[in-house]
Amino acid sequence: MNELPILSILILLPIVGIFFMTLIRNNNDQSSNNLKHTALWISFLNFLISLYLLFAFNQQDAGFQFEERYFWIENGISYHLGVDGISILFILLTTMLVPICILASYDSIKFSVKEYLIAFLALETFMIGVFCSLDLVLFYLFFEGGLIPMFLIIGIWGGERRVYSTFKFFLYTLAGSVFMLLAIIYIFITAGTTDVSYLLDYNFTRNEQIVLWLAFFASFMVKIPMWPFHTWLPDAHVEAPTAGSVILAGVLLKMAGYGFIRFSIGFFPEASELFAPLIFTLSIVAIIVTSLIALVQEDMKKLIAYSSVAHMGFVTLGIFTFTVQGIEGSIIQMISHGIVSAALFLCVGVVYDRLHTREISRYGGLVSKMPMYAFTFMIFILASLGLPGTSGFVGEFLVLLSIFSINTYFAVFATTGVVLAATYSLWLYRRMIFGALIKDDLSEMLDLTRREIIIFFPLITLTIFIGIYPKPVIDIIEPSAKKIVNQVNGKLN
Amino acid sequence: MENILHIIPEIFIFCSALILLILGLFIKNIKLINNLAILSLLIAVALVINQPYQSIYLNSYVIDEFSSLFKIMIFIGSIVTLVMFVSSREDLHINLYEFPILILFSTLGMMVMVSANDLLAMFIGLELQSLSLYVLAALNRNSLLSSEAGIKYFILGALSSGLLLFGISYIYGFSGNTNFNLIAVNYNSESLGLLIGIVFVLAGLAFKVSAVPFHMWTPDVYQGAPTPITAFFALAPKIAAMGILVRFLFNSFGELYLDWQQIIFFISIASMMLAAFAAIAQTNIKRLMAYSSIGHIGYALIGVACVSSEGLRSLLIYLMIYLVMNVSVFTAILSLKRNDAYFENISDLSGMYKNHPFTAILVALMMFSLAGIPPLAGFFGKFYIFVAALESNMVFLAVVGIIASVISAFYYLRIVKIMYFDEPKEEFDGLNIRSLQVLFYPSSFLVILFFIYPAPIIQLSEYAIKSFY
Repeated sequence: MNELPILSILILLPIVGIFFMTLIRNNNDQSSNNLKHTALWISFLNFLISLYLLFAFNQQDAGFQFEERYFWIENGISYHLGVDGISILFILLTTMLVPICILASYDSIKFSVKEYLIAFLALETFMIGVFCSLDLVLFYLFFEGGLIPMFLIIGIWGGERRVYSTFKFFLYTLAGSVFMLLAIIYIFITAGTTDVSYLLDYNFTRNEQIVLWLAFFASFMVKIPMWPFHTWLPDAHVEAPTAGSVILAGVLLKMAGYGFIRFSIGFFPEASELFAPLIFTLSIVAIIVTSLIALVQEDMKKLIAYSSVAHMGFVTLGIFTFTVQGIEGSIIQMISHGIVSAALFLCVGVVYDRLHTREISRYGGLVSKMPMYAFTFMIFILASLGLPGTSGFVGEFLVLLSIFSINTYFAVFATTGVVLAATYSLWLYRRMIFGALIKDDLSEMLDLTRREIIIFFPLITLTIFIGIYPKPVIDIIEPSAKKIVNQVNGKLN
Repeated sequence: MENILHIIPEIFIFCSALILLILGLFIKNIKLINNLAILSLLIAVALVINQPYQSIYLNSYVIDEFSSLFKIMIFIGSIVTLVMFVSSREDLHINLYEFPILILFSTLGMMVMVSANDLLAMFIGLELQSLSLYVLAALNRNSLLSSEAGIKYFILGALSSGLLLFGISYIYGFSGNTNFNLIAVNYNSESLGLLIGIVFVLAGLAFKVSAVPFHMWTPDVYQGAPTPITAFFALAPKIAAMGILVRFLFNSFGELYLDWQQIIFFISIASMMLAAFAAIAQTNIKRLMAYSSIGHIGYALIGVACVSSEGLRSLLIYLMIYLVMNVSVFTAILSLKRNDAYFENISDLSGMYKNHPFTAILVALMMFSLAGIPPLAGFFGKFYIFVAALESNMVFLAVVGIIASVISAFYYLRIVKIMYFDEPKEEFDGLNIRSLQVLFYPSSFLVILFFIYPAPIIQLSEYAIKSFY
């Protein structure tokens, strides 16, 4: 506790950036460029700080590190931050994706640039806060607060049906989350505190666990999203601007997966064990049904959105196996999906910026005009379907391995999802990239610009690095994952 | 004969109202009179803070932490109204020196209300504030809507006063006392007459706080009355009526709570749900705020229904936050002016963020706060209300509350949608008047930055309920 309050700095730095940006006038191209650079450098600085966090992080320690605790509202509800092996990677994912998003919006956002960038930086604060907070009220504050900037990002800079989508997004997530709020209040009253590190050792009675688990589940299942409450996601993705989709798929969905690991199985192991078959069933239905839906999509973004639901199905499968492999697999799957689906949305954004349509049938034969784009897109399509050697494989493999050890039938059904993923991904790729270039307006398409290459380069590197050599990532996760599994098994026996 | 100086703030407000009334006859400078009224309210704040806590005049009048906090909230509401009056009096055709004086009298009535510990003192205070409000609602004589609002409020208000008096007579008849504490000692808990009395008094008070099913007047009066007076309706009388409601129920019938708890329970649920649905269809922003205030009163009543120290604490937290949010929203409504004409339709806000980016973002955040979205202040109000509800095992009330809050999020979001997602209209004058800025920015920032350190408000409300628990 003697060092720098590094987590608070991570949370507050974007706010400082917002403050500076409100001082910059936005009346011509020059000043709007200044705004973009300010936001980019602020978020990049935040990324560097989070890299420092990673290096200072003690991998052998399974507990919380960099803890900060201050009196906040009253006894029992404090400002308590900390990271462990589970949350630190999500923080890195967030701080990495935000500068990429800002860079990706350099040309695609034409109006109200200042408000857009402010909304993004505010969103970054909320997202980092979610992964650092070790107090349930603080967690809820960040979890729900993120809705405000996202509501505005989709609603102002979105596509044609943006109003419908953003209302659906906001009200779905809000309706799910308020039950979690009641659960948090109930925990506060019975346990006397909302401090996570205290509650992890607290034993709720079986009936309490069941009700509270369901309340948390209501929130997380909408957010992650699980079938049948996933319908807001394709709408939100389709209408959101590219960077909005990237953040939505890359980070916002992961908040719920993180919540499942940290709270649902951490606080309520008995209820989690009781409801695990329900989760498995819903996840497998999600994997198969949404993969089939993805097959018939005409809209690129919708296809990727449905594939996200299927991928998150693997995440929930892995979490509720209560094995170290399962939890490691889900976290790696989330990180990998955060990188890959973000990159896929960026790929969609690249062609959308040039042709202003997301209809798959409007494209075809792009490989002859955009070879570099075709290569980039291929890597992420392959990573998305879980080809060995890409990050998508590691997560899915670990999850399938863990689910095999629990129940073979579930595993068999889940594996069909991998086949379906290959089908829709490769078919999307074939329709867009291969074939003859017959459409006139495609002949003027330009390949990736330097800015776009800079955007994709770190994503490609990470995808392949994690795919070939996942050990550094697993090393970070393992002690904390083991601790959670031991804790759960200890409580169950 | 007890010392008259015990009620020095009340006497001070009374005297300054009378002096200003006479001054007004000779001085044609309405702004000066208004400023003097503001000054006297500010002095009264200082006087209230320095007042010793005691119960006086045969225990019919109580000065305690609770009443002082309520008085300060009422003063804030009155001062805000007077500041709004300065900037809008000419364009709204209410440029009359009676305005500040009526506000002062109404404030005096509310001060008596929140300190009253006796049925008669309560009634006198209530009538004093109501009579001033009837006139205020109809102050713009040339406007049909304003006159209609005044008449409507007067007729329904008179009816509710009648109900209240009827209830008072029952309570007096069946307990033999008018003093709250003596009623608590002397009632016969099996008598049905007393219950009838409670029901009628509650009906009268529910009218004043505009809880469903006694809310009918609210949207019409809110819409018809000139905006500063609408703001006053939203800010001060409701808070005062809530104060007397709590003291009446807790001091005289604290033991009988099983009987009246169900009533509060019902009107709380009805207010939250009705407001959530009815507000969706509104096109006038003042009407919408009327329904919004009905809903908020529903939430605040959860705090009363809990009958616990947590409940009262959450009620006070809620009212304080409600006050600040409304100051900001009504100031913003007052800034919707173009060519000396005020706009009240929600569709007039269309695309406001293009022309007034800073005002728009603050108003949008106020809407999120009213909807109870964290990290804004409104969330903490609801949070404590739900803490109290769950602590008293009123799970049903809490669940209805959160469902209503999700539904009501829709109409608050609609305002944000119109401001941000729709095509911009012509520019408004905006917040170019210094006196409005002084109200708008501090109150907005208070709401937005409340989450940084909410502890003082929570401690303050814990301190203020000491005389009950």
